[in-house]
Amino acid sequence: MAMADQPAGKSFRLSMLLYDTRYRSMTIQVIMLTGFVLGVWWLIGNMYSNLADLGKEPNFSFLAHPAGYDINQRLIEYTSQSTNARAWVVGLLNTLLVALLGVILATVVGVAVGVLRLSNNWIVARLMTVFIEIFRNIPVLLWILFAMAIFIEEFPKPNAFRGDNATSFMYLSDSIAFTNRGWYIPKPIFNDGSMAVVAVFFLALAGMFIFGKWAKARQEKTGDILPVFWIKLAIVIIPTMLMFAVFSFLNGNREYSVVTTAAMEGTELSTIQKPKACVVSGTAISVVLQELLRETGQKVKVNAYDTEEDARAAYLNGDCNTIGVPSNEAQSVQGVVPATFSQGNPILLEQPYLDGFNFKGGLHLRNSLIALWLALSFYTAAFIAEAVRAGIMAINKGQSEAAGALGLRQKRIMNLVILPQAMRVIVPPLISQYLNLTKNSSLAVAVGYMDVTGTLGGITLNQTGRALECILLLMITYLTISLSISMVMNIYNNSVKLKER
Amino acid sequence: MSNEPYVRTEMLSEQPAPLGETGVIRWMRENLFSSIGNSILTVLSLVVVFLMLKAFLPWAIQPSWSSGSLRQCIDDPNITGACWGVIRDRFNQLMFGFYPHDAQWRAIAAFVLMLVAIAPVLFDKLPRKLMIFSAVFPFLGVWLLWGGTIWAPLLVLAGFAIGYFVNKALTGIAGNLAGMILGVLATLIWWLYGVAPVSDILSSVAPIGIEAIESSKFGGLMLSITIGVSGIALSLPIGIVLALGRQSDMFIIKTLSVGFIEFIRGVPLITLLFVASVLLNFFLPPGTNFDLILRVIIMVTIFASAYMAETIRGGLAALPTGQFEAADALGLDYWQSMRLIIMPQALKISIPGIVGTFIGLFKDTTLVSIIGLLDPVGLVKTIQGHADWNGIVWELYIFIALMFWVFTFSMSRYSMYLENKLKTTH
Repeated sequence: MAMADQPAGKSFRLSMLLYDTRYRSMTIQVIMLTGFVLGVWWLIGNMYSNLADLGKEPNFSFLAHPAGYDINQRLIEYTSQSTNARAWVVGLLNTLLVALLGVILATVVGVAVGVLRLSNNWIVARLMTVFIEIFRNIPVLLWILFAMAIFIEEFPKPNAFRGDNATSFMYLSDSIAFTNRGWYIPKPIFNDGSMAVVAVFFLALAGMFIFGKWAKARQEKTGDILPVFWIKLAIVIIPTMLMFAVFSFLNGNREYSVVTTAAMEGTELSTIQKPKACVVSGTAISVVLQELLRETGQKVKVNAYDTEEDARAAYLNGDCNTIGVPSNEAQSVQGVVPATFSQGNPILLEQPYLDGFNFKGGLHLRNSLIALWLALSFYTAAFIAEAVRAGIMAINKGQSEAAGALGLRQKRIMNLVILPQAMRVIVPPLISQYLNLTKNSSLAVAVGYMDVTGTLGGITLNQTGRALECILLLMITYLTISLSISMVMNIYNNSVKLKER
Repeated sequence: MSNEPYVRTEMLSEQPAPLGETGVIRWMRENLFSSIGNSILTVLSLVVVFLMLKAFLPWAIQPSWSSGSLRQCIDDPNITGACWGVIRDRFNQLMFGFYPHDAQWRAIAAFVLMLVAIAPVLFDKLPRKLMIFSAVFPFLGVWLLWGGTIWAPLLVLAGFAIGYFVNKALTGIAGNLAGMILGVLATLIWWLYGVAPVSDILSSVAPIGIEAIESSKFGGLMLSITIGVSGIALSLPIGIVLALGRQSDMFIIKTLSVGFIEFIRGVPLITLLFVASVLLNFFLPPGTNFDLILRVIIMVTIFASAYMAETIRGGLAALPTGQFEAADALGLDYWQSMRLIIMPQALKISIPGIVGTFIGLFKDTTLVSIIGLLDPVGLVKTIQGHADWNGIVWELYIFIALMFWVFTFSMSRYSMYLENKLKTTH
């Protein structure tokens, strides 16, 4: 062999670097690395001299400066006085929000469409094919703009809900309104005891998973199949409902009084003249009080304060004429008590209501969020559906026939034989679709949704002029998100993939 | 004889199957109403289809093709829905942007020639000689679209000949690898320092050429196709190199390739387009100034090449190891085995993936509207901004969507045809 009659180290010549396979790869790598480093050096050198000419050496201190602009959707506290770094975080959270919502909806729709496309119902299968071909063959940006246009052009203005001859109505007993400014839905208010309910809910979820594992292990061992779905449902729902009921009862025992200076002694709520309430923002008492007052059919004005003391001081100061206080303290506050109420459930819903020309209260989902969410979800769902279909079709027909021959029913064949195998085929493309959805969420800029591209890569970039720094941070942000998603999903993929020995 | 049982002596003639077991009824029973759940689904689907058509068709079918403005549509009592006049009025713009009218034949010619150039790649029944045209087309197409002197593309093309001859001449003297490196170097030097002056001299001697058109005039579908096709064509060689790099045993080369591919695939295209629009000029020597479309093509190429590399890597991975070993056993060196054995097979396997990448890229070209280029989506604002069409929405979006749909759908059908064909050969 070549190695044997050419002992290494003996009479090394320079040309061996090129012609000896032992050294050649080293030579090539050294040349490549040198070329790469020189190239990067050249680019960065150019960049420094260009930026120096403009007087803008790279500098990240702008992140600590006030951003100076408002963000209309914020999941954490943010004002225009907050720093650019905080605007970045707000944008990042918005990106993650729409990505998470999108992944959930896309998976649900995608799996449903993918399975229905294989349905033996001719017309359903054809319809699903049409759905897939329409959604995946039209650019996602067009879908986003299209959805946005539908919401702006085709939905009623808030004042269409007004008056006796309103042309539009709220749905689900006045709790949801679809307007051309977005959707208004009830907002959960966390009352006393809500923490316990939420904690029990999560514990129950954990219990559900543990039960699922145990049931699976038991099935592998004994062959017995439990009604897993119903038991799981019970495990989650029963303790949570019990906790909810307990705290409902406890809260119901605590009585509150409406105290007002705008009504006569011993009268009804409806006699309050021009009710104007001082409330602590975001509390259950405030929600219940406002609803009580609004039920009388009058227009209610609300001043919101941060603390109980502030609200009371404002009431005494005459800033408003109505306040809600615990009944045992009602005597110490000046005014009459036309009604009492109880604090309500541990978690209650604040309904949106029409006030003037717009809706107030509740949760306002902006058009930009909904349009982006729906467009991204349906676009991605078309691809997921194809992946699901391919996964199911990839399973050899013999598998289902063999399972049938063993006497399994159709549903069990699907759950026990086909799906576990199909998952292995489906998961890898699913991961890449989730990644695509997350990256496509950057198209938010087209509809003015303030995601991280809109804050850091949009307004911050334009206002500070720090293009290099902003885009660099933006890329790092997306890279981190992508790599984390693929890491998590790869862990999952490894857990379901065929164990080869 | 009376107690003998009755025996039929002649055969009964063949009866037609019962009505419920034949034709339409049977088909409907099997495919539409096989169970209660299925029947409900069928009825629901029919209702959905009916409602959608009922909402859409009366709106869409309108005698509005000849309207000259939205006002005319609104004033005309016969028109109660869509105002399709905008498509007739702005068709040219949606196709070509602001490309000069009298030069539009060039864009059309470039498009038709592109189809001719792609055909031999896509359909292997066509004569292989057409491949020569495919190789020449990039230069011809660029010349047709941007115009200017004919010498520049010819001289760039000549760079390949120079590289080839330098390689041929020096391989004998300096050896294989050195010959290759010197050949590449000679080509690069010619492109960087030779083409511009020689082209100036030649065009002053023999001014052959067509009117030059700057890229800011490009727009509409033509811009999408230009960016998409150049992105995919340029990314193919880069993708091959990256895929080979990722498969390589050499640590540094592998690391660089993996780093590049994963970085590009991890960020959205829009950030790369931001780089193109605000950042790319910073990385080049002071004073260089490309126009925006060229910068976008560069970034789109970089983006597509990472995806292309993954597609081709898939093709390489699908080849049986025996092919690599057999190539080694024949005594071929790395490049020979890649060129003669591995790549022809790997590329053939990856064509459906490449078509898929192209579909994705073609759809992604709409993103350039965000950085202000006038592709069809970008033109929507321009058209809406005009007094005649202020307030038009659906007609434009539907037309643009249809335009993209026709392209991408036919490409995806081609890709399916190809997959079927490849499946039967195995």
